[in-house]
Amino acid sequence: MLEQIELRVKGLNFYYSGGVHALKQINLPIYRNHVTALIGPSGCGKTTLLRCFNRMHDLYPGNRYEGEIYFVKDNILSPQTDLISLRSRIGMVFQKPTPFPMTIFDNIAYGLKLKGIKKRSDLSERVEKALVHAALWDEVKDKLNASAYDLSGGQQQRLVIARALAVNPEVLLFDEPTSALDPISTAKIEELTATLKKEITIIIVTHNMQQAARISDWTGFMMLGELIEFDGTNKIFTAPSEKLTEDYVTGRFG
Amino acid sequence: MAITLKRKNPVDLIFSSITGLASLSVILFIIGIMYVLVSESSLAIERFGILKFLSSTEWNPVKEDFGALTNIYGTVLTTVLSLLFAIPVAVGIAIFVTEIAPNFLKGPIGVAIELLAAIPSIIYGMWGLFTLSPIMSNYIEPVLKKFTANIPLINILFQGTPMGIDILTASVILSIMIIPFTASIARDSFNLTPAVVKESAYAIGATQWEVVKNVVLPYSKLGVFGGSVLSLGRALGETMAVAFVLGNNHRITTSLLDAAATITVTLANEFAEADNDVYLSSLFYLALVLFVMSFITLAIAKFFLLRAERKYSR
Repeated sequence: MLEQIELRVKGLNFYYSGGVHALKQINLPIYRNHVTALIGPSGCGKTTLLRCFNRMHDLYPGNRYEGEIYFVKDNILSPQTDLISLRSRIGMVFQKPTPFPMTIFDNIAYGLKLKGIKKRSDLSERVEKALVHAALWDEVKDKLNASAYDLSGGQQQRLVIARALAVNPEVLLFDEPTSALDPISTAKIEELTATLKKEITIIIVTHNMQQAARISDWTGFMMLGELIEFDGTNKIFTAPSEKLTEDYVTGRFG
Repeated sequence: MAITLKRKNPVDLIFSSITGLASLSVILFIIGIMYVLVSESSLAIERFGILKFLSSTEWNPVKEDFGALTNIYGTVLTTVLSLLFAIPVAVGIAIFVTEIAPNFLKGPIGVAIELLAAIPSIIYGMWGLFTLSPIMSNYIEPVLKKFTANIPLINILFQGTPMGIDILTASVILSIMIIPFTASIARDSFNLTPAVVKESAYAIGATQWEVVKNVVLPYSKLGVFGGSVLSLGRALGETMAVAFVLGNNHRITTSLLDAAATITVTLANEFAEADNDVYLSSLFYLALVLFVMSFITLAIAKFFLLRAERKYSR
């Protein structure tokens, strides 16, 4: 099977402003319309790696990248990259739900308005589409003008996913999206990733190995800032090539 | 079975009594001050009543007829104007310090703001009289007068000769005094915005300005509002900075270029002159009015600040 590569990480090193060398020589392909999971013990650098894809580290002064990440043809780590447009093409969902202090409707419409869409009818249409997409429409369609804070944690997280989807990103980054949620909400979001990957590419950081096994096609195992092994999820969980990977996925440490 | 309470350790007992007494003294002080104000002003309260005192524009030591309205008017007007000048600047400072300034600038600006807050108010008053007042009367006020001369309603605000000793100058001084205070409360409110919410706005492609406008400001508006009311309370009670540049004029005027009187300035200027009981008692009555006004503003400010904290600190 021939897979298309959406993002290719080449020789990536990352240093935090204090000088900590957090990512060491990472090489990794991210396949289009697949779910790639990044696993590893706390502090291994998986979230740091995830935040390189949308240059989130640039918000804090002093952080430094070396190497390249090709997004189709362009190196997104180049200083010429327009971060605003990069971030509307590569969306992100965080560990805790992060609704904005606005109504449900405005939360979703926000990203669209930033992109210059102003017509009320266009907005309504795309807000509805995003909410349907994120499997939240039926629960909120009667209260679009209520504050986003009135929703439950699981609903808020799907709202945030809808918000990210509304701007039609090509890639969605998930940073432990279910770690603050109950099992039912978690299941809903896991189902969602399966439908979403038909249209977009997903990279997910997770602490939950069952989750990685359930929803991802590819898995990267990281430790101490290095990518120890990257392969098909089945292979990583049943017959990993590295001893460290085997020890981790069988629960011998971490 | 009931749990038996062990007796407190004696050192703890002494410690908790001392700290408790210290705290209790605060409440006693407030009650004491309130009592003195009420008892000293009882003569004036009997003579003028409450509504009549609050609504009378009379301030006539010769006829022994006193009303608080001119003082209240001056106090409220200078305070509100100074807030109008101070809030935009303070919010701007707070945005710059929390969101925009590079790390190496954050420290020095923060210290500068605190230094500004530490300058004694009498120095503001002197600077106002000797530096700001001439600048206002020679440059700023004539220009304002000229530009507003043909705008109906607005031109009423700038009638009369620019003297530099007037409501406008006093309000500017007052606003410079409360900027640091307002800025530091606004900064604390902005810091209540969780980093991850800001990050997620950046993550869908918002610019710095859009993040501040749509996320940080809505998140902190209750806090900023509460902080502004708290500054209002400070401005209400400020005396020395205003006393030099406000004149002492017991009249209600519509022009900001006229002198006026605030409660605090009247108190500072006139206690020495109060040569009869009614005059003295009326001054105490005026102080009581200020006390109640400050109390109400403080209560409003606390209400909003508490709500802001409850709403967002999770």
